[in-house]
Amino acid sequence: MSTADLTLTQDGIPLKEKLAKTTALQRRRAFLLTLPLVLFLIISFVIPIGQMLFSSVHNDKVSAVVPNFADAILQWDGQGLPSEETFEIFVKDLAAAKKVREVGRTVGNMATRINYEKPGSRSLFTSTARKAGKIKEGPYKEALIKINKKWADPSIWLTLQRAAHDITPAFYIAALDLKYADDGSVIKADELYQIYLDNLMKTLGVSALITFICVLLAYPVAYLLSVLPLRQSNLLMIMVLLPFWTSLLVRTTAWIAILQTEGVINDMLVFLGFISDDGRIQMIYNQTGTIIAMVHILLPFMILPLYSVMKTIPPSYMRAALSMGAKPLYAYRKVYLPQTLPGLAAGTLLVFILAIGYYITPALVGGEDGLLISNLIAYHIQKSLNWSLGAALGTLLLAVVLILYWLYNKLIGIDKLRFG
Amino acid sequence: MNKLVNKTLIAAAVSTAFMAGAAQAEDITVVSWGGAYTTSQVEAYHKPWMAKTGNTIVSEDYSGGLAEVKAQVEAGNVTWNLVDVELSDAVRGCDEGILEVIDSSGLPNGADGSSAEDDFLPGTVTECAVGNIVWSTIVAYDTSKVQGVNTMADFFDLDKFPGKRGLRKGPKPNLEMALMADGVPAGDVYDLLNTEAGVDRAFAKLDSIRDSVVWWEAGAQPPQLLADGEVLMTTAYNGRIFNAVAAEGKPFDIMWDGQVWDLDLWVIPKGAGNMEATMDFIKFSTSTQALADQASWISYGPVRKSSAALVGSYHNQPELDMAPHMPTAPANFGNALQNDFEFWADNQDQLNERFNAWLTK
Repeated sequence: MSTADLTLTQDGIPLKEKLAKTTALQRRRAFLLTLPLVLFLIISFVIPIGQMLFSSVHNDKVSAVVPNFADAILQWDGQGLPSEETFEIFVKDLAAAKKVREVGRTVGNMATRINYEKPGSRSLFTSTARKAGKIKEGPYKEALIKINKKWADPSIWLTLQRAAHDITPAFYIAALDLKYADDGSVIKADELYQIYLDNLMKTLGVSALITFICVLLAYPVAYLLSVLPLRQSNLLMIMVLLPFWTSLLVRTTAWIAILQTEGVINDMLVFLGFISDDGRIQMIYNQTGTIIAMVHILLPFMILPLYSVMKTIPPSYMRAALSMGAKPLYAYRKVYLPQTLPGLAAGTLLVFILAIGYYITPALVGGEDGLLISNLIAYHIQKSLNWSLGAALGTLLLAVVLILYWLYNKLIGIDKLRFG
Repeated sequence: MNKLVNKTLIAAAVSTAFMAGAAQAEDITVVSWGGAYTTSQVEAYHKPWMAKTGNTIVSEDYSGGLAEVKAQVEAGNVTWNLVDVELSDAVRGCDEGILEVIDSSGLPNGADGSSAEDDFLPGTVTECAVGNIVWSTIVAYDTSKVQGVNTMADFFDLDKFPGKRGLRKGPKPNLEMALMADGVPAGDVYDLLNTEAGVDRAFAKLDSIRDSVVWWEAGAQPPQLLADGEVLMTTAYNGRIFNAVAAEGKPFDIMWDGQVWDLDLWVIPKGAGNMEATMDFIKFSTSTQALADQASWISYGPVRKSSAALVGSYHNQPELDMAPHMPTAPANFGNALQNDFEFWADNQDQLNERFNAWLTK
């Protein structure tokens, strides 16, 4: 193609080139404008989630504390007890590690890590470490077993061998209510210790129930909001929004005051003689309390998308359907309902996903049977300090949400969502 | 201005070693459990020390555990200088390297002249921690509603004393108390809990009252539960109940049988600044007099033997003698169990899991 064929702009540059230049400039400007947000998302969202995913499978508390031993035990064939040389390396590493006080590199860190998989073995490590420096010469195997006969148990060494790998599925195994048997195979945890899967199922069930109740309650309110004259609908809107603007803690505490056994409702029922003073109803600090308080808190997230969609539906559509002879219910089902689906879909998704990760309200009013999976995650982050297990549970929760989102997209289509 | 000069002069005169530190006042953040307990520390430790050194103490509350300390140390941003922790956390934090090693050789001698080593009760000074009080988990009840609660077995007896029970949400020290209620002598409790059958037995005993239990988490809750009539009896920290009785005139009483006692200790998060001032505060607050003074604000026992003689009456009620309200008073100590930190360090992960599973099923 010769230059003569090209359309030139006024300053003699080919139009194509000029256009590319301008769009590139625009693109760069757009990029620069979104840069703060992108950086913010990376720092506050991508990196933490990446870290969470990583720490759910990564734990180097054995290889960091007893590095030589970690190399040696990985060579072991897992039969009987490790060799005398491995024992020697272990004793020397342990004695050296005892002197280390660097965070994350102490014997206590390793002991905690092993204790997750082999409960009751923590003090075996810490007490042996105190004495390991005194073992000056072999045979190391006998010396160690003399300190504590648990060292003659092959399952301790198998656990150490597994934990010597920095990348480990151990925390997912724990999060799925499984455990390692003494011979290293993965089996179901004893029923008395199973907690996470049941709780995850319960969380999904409770969230679905909350979403369902929200739909039932929000739909008529949103409809009323959309058809009332401006004056009344404004008032109603304020009544919807006012709680929405009130602090979450205040609202949750208010429910405690209303629902507790010495609370407003119970007092009223006793006063009216419906129940006896001893027969007060337990409505809070259990699953019922969690559901009531969470429905109230999440309700605006259902009302607002529904309202914004209903507001755009011209009343003439329904009138037209009715005037053409459709029965009200039929007209509603065929004409009105389908048009509200995008709002309904948005509200459902919003409420369900918020509910599944809800933390504060169940923690305050959930008692013992109202606790959800997020409370167990918080427990491992704040109390037990088993951050890897917390991360594994968090990742499972994230996976569940993503799967549901995918399913939702398949069934309803994300492009149909209308938030407002 | 005069005041400042005075303070500086006093500080210089009292301690030449800390002259430099005192001349330019330093801030340290001291973290404790809040409520009546923190008040007792502020009155007995913080105020006199601030007056003496001219330094400032920022008092913060927390609800126990090592999570915040661990987070601060791992992030390399330590804002707490001194934390009041339970023994099991002091040992665990030390093992995991998130606490500073404390040189206990600098601790002052007792007021009666005994060396610090002899003066502190055995086990109250560890590699990373210096003890300050003995506290206890006990059973408390409202005397206006129930009387004649004498043994741990009574607490678990719903037929004899029908009504709700308050228990701390967690296996510790409920499992110990359950076994004692089931007739196990205090001395055998941990041997038994080290077996699967023992744990089963403890859970079975808890099962027998489970439907009547209201669970609490923070130390301030049990007196509130009692006062609100939400429970008939509850386990509680003895000082909180004492405080509700002494300061608020509540009709509560403590049942000491089967009490499970523990220590609170000072620990320094690794990498905390102002070490000199912090160490000075530790020495000051664990001196014979300071510990005895603290005991006039709340009924937690000093860990120094020499303090016992100086423990007097409640700070604003001269007729209220503190000694009989201490967990370690002979009349209260008959059937007492010391919390075994090693047992819990070994088994807490597993038992917490089982407890949580038990709770939600």
